[in-house]
Amino acid sequence: MTYDCIIIGAGVSGSATARELSKYDLNVCVLEKGEDVCSGTSKANSAIVHAGFDAAEGSLMAKLNVEGNEMMGQLAEDLDIPFKRNGSLVVCIHEEEKGGLQDLYDRGIANGVKDMRILDKKELHEMEPNLSDQCCAALYAPTGGIICPFMLNIAMAENAAMNGVDFFFNTEAETLKRDEEGIWHIRTNNGEYKTKYVVNAAGIYSDVFHNMVADKKIHITPRRGDYCLLDKEMGGFVSKTIFPQPTKLGKGVLVSPTIHGNLIVGPTAIDIEDKEATATTAAGINDLIAKGGMYVDNLPIARKVITSFAGLRAHEDAHEFVIGEVKEAPGFIDCAGIESPGLTSSPAIGKMVAGIVCDLAKPEKKANWNGKRKGILNPSEMSVEERNELIKKEPAYGQIICRCESISEGEILDAMRRPLGARSLDGVKRRTRAGMGRCQAGFCSPRVMEIINRELGIPTEKITKSGGKSVIAPERTKAGKGGEA
Amino acid sequence: MLSYDIVIVGGGPAGLAAAVAAREAGTESILILERDHELGGILNQCIHNGFGLHTFKEELTGPEYAYRFMEQVFEKKIEYKLNTMVMDISADRVVTAMNKKDGMFEIQAGAVVLAMGCRERPRGALNIPGYRPAGIFSAGTAQRLVNIEGYMPGREVVILGSGDIGLIMARRMTLEGAKVKVVAELLPFSGGLKRNIVQCLDDFGIPLKLSHTVVDIEGKERVSAVTIAEVGPDMKPIPGTEERYTCDTLLLSCGLIPENELSKSAGVELSPVTSGPVVNESLETSIPGVFACGNVLHVHDLVDFVSEEAKKAGENASKYVQKTLASSDKESIKLVATEGARYTVPVTINTDRMDDLLTVRFRVGAVFQDSYVSVYFDDERIMHLKKRIMAPGEMEQVILQKKKLAEYPDLKTITIKIEKE
Repeated sequence: MTYDCIIIGAGVSGSATARELSKYDLNVCVLEKGEDVCSGTSKANSAIVHAGFDAAEGSLMAKLNVEGNEMMGQLAEDLDIPFKRNGSLVVCIHEEEKGGLQDLYDRGIANGVKDMRILDKKELHEMEPNLSDQCCAALYAPTGGIICPFMLNIAMAENAAMNGVDFFFNTEAETLKRDEEGIWHIRTNNGEYKTKYVVNAAGIYSDVFHNMVADKKIHITPRRGDYCLLDKEMGGFVSKTIFPQPTKLGKGVLVSPTIHGNLIVGPTAIDIEDKEATATTAAGINDLIAKGGMYVDNLPIARKVITSFAGLRAHEDAHEFVIGEVKEAPGFIDCAGIESPGLTSSPAIGKMVAGIVCDLAKPEKKANWNGKRKGILNPSEMSVEERNELIKKEPAYGQIICRCESISEGEILDAMRRPLGARSLDGVKRRTRAGMGRCQAGFCSPRVMEIINRELGIPTEKITKSGGKSVIAPERTKAGKGGEA
Repeated sequence: MLSYDIVIVGGGPAGLAAAVAAREAGTESILILERDHELGGILNQCIHNGFGLHTFKEELTGPEYAYRFMEQVFEKKIEYKLNTMVMDISADRVVTAMNKKDGMFEIQAGAVVLAMGCRERPRGALNIPGYRPAGIFSAGTAQRLVNIEGYMPGREVVILGSGDIGLIMARRMTLEGAKVKVVAELLPFSGGLKRNIVQCLDDFGIPLKLSHTVVDIEGKERVSAVTIAEVGPDMKPIPGTEERYTCDTLLLSCGLIPENELSKSAGVELSPVTSGPVVNESLETSIPGVFACGNVLHVHDLVDFVSEEAKKAGENASKYVQKTLASSDKESIKLVATEGARYTVPVTINTDRMDDLLTVRFRVGAVFQDSYVSVYFDDERIMHLKKRIMAPGEMEQVILQKKKLAEYPDLKTITIKIEKE
């Protein structure tokens, strides 16, 4: 079968594009090399919805950032995922650098960011009492927000799947070429896929696919960002997202509450070669501990970390999103170089890329498209009566599996039973938060494994952390095999 | 709303012993709430022996030790609910819990005994750099996989941390045919019991490298190698001392943290040293009628002492609901741990409410040889006990006599310190 459109990559850009395309009468599929959506750059970032004052005036980044930010409220509602406009502050710690805030403000105005204000020291400290005394002024952008990148990505993909988009996991696009009839042949580890249009949403690998077909080459540098995630005890330390003033390497180390109530500190910005090197380093973590503490007083980062991780930004040399059809490769549409503010921009990116495909394919709109998706229930937000009603109907909601985050068996089962359901520990974790708390799955992982085994019939010794060779407990013990212990 | 005289949060060794003692002290209405599907807590996965030498004068396995107490709970027909998670405890002792059968429900408790135990410090909290593949387990999680579920976490193992569970798992994995290549310990001494180092490492030829830590974890999907390095006195890795071990598994045994999230939400005051509640001579927390015992109070190395402590907590909870726990306006004596001693349990003593003998437990912060445990009543040294060796991994105790305290009616502070002479 020949698809109308194949999207390479099920990260936020690919999933947003898939959802937009699912509005039309098109055969669409997504090829993902990971075992789940949200397996690359989309899973490891600041989880921030940027206001849009950073990107250069007139750039595509600026345009899509502001558009994406504006779309996020409605999208989060439609997809039933948590999103909060907690507001962001770019904080100045040197009197002589206050002018930088005005530049950012002016750029924000040019980019179309609404409701920004420059705060003096007094107002700033009233807003954020834990900021250090040296913070003397700030740019306040109330449209800045926080979101769960996993949930956004998963929800967009799920909604696309509900509306007929096929997703193929563990399917890695290797090479692609266009035949005489203009059909694209994509070779993968799972055979060949054919399509009229290709969307290159391959994240950190998007230069590889672009360069296979385009004359003008692009170059993506994996720019590593280390992060520390702090215990929920620290979640209220600041209420806004606190940025330092930006530098050439990016927006600097931020300190922000997360949508789930933790505190995040990061990222570093280290250019590397290896597109898979998501290892944190001691130097990176130490850097965060030092920088995170510059703007806030007495933040016990080192003692309150529950996990650290690193993500790779897909940094294109020109520091601009590369979106559009490659002229010399008709039907090949780039969605490359998507680095920060990529998560924020993703709804607008999806719309733009889908628009390009539709201009070429000229499809009809589907009459029965359903853009709403019901999220996994969050019983902790229910009243006692509602919760008891739920447990009476579905007793699994009365059994807590992840004690740190209070996640019930019902939520975990739901995560497996829905479209594009979880099949691994990380899949369950990203959909439900089971294992994301302060014990970091120490207690719940054997129990989640038992549920995966029971529900999906995956033998316990084949259950993985995140697909591939990431098997948790590869064989039986002597007694487990039926022998003498 | 349901109502019980005593609600015990946790059905592990502490909760069971507290329940039995409270019943023996005459309280009928007792309810144990246990989150797992059976009573016994962490002992169920501790299938090695060495439990009960103090309590029963014999060597039992963990499940056997737990069963001794479970039998008493069954015989005394003490009520318990399994698969039941306590979601909240309020300052006025309303316990909110949830399970499949009853849904979410509230219980008004006359007294509450906190016996939730502890959790292991995870990799993330240790700031170990490197990849985050499968194959990194806290030692207790690996113990559960091996001993309860019957699955092997891996074949070639490096262990970071020489806490008791790590040492026990070094032996257990070896007996299951795995190769344990090295145990690295950040500190210059082990946090585990001496007998475990001998029986679990030395007897199997497993090297213990003190003053070493993990500086890199390799493997994008599954652990493929771990690099350790020596640390200097500042606990920072010394460049050039790196040693790389190919392996598929990293076990972490780097400390236990009392699980006091419920205590916190109730408003119980916690000690920054133990992370457990601050308690008085009756093992009562800062909230009257809320008692604590076992690893939720401070991490123990021997379950026998957990049982002993829990018995006191259960008896005192019983006295509290029967209103026989002496009320007293007398100012409490403060216990201070200093100069080598890290903390004491309890933290205050009201002599009107104490038994004839009171065991004060504490830990030292470093290894001390041929030193003395000294107890000062204000400025006067009252006790001076010679110890050949004291180590952070082994809990210490002194026993105070009510008779002796009565001789010091104006006593304000009891200080415990370690002295060379």
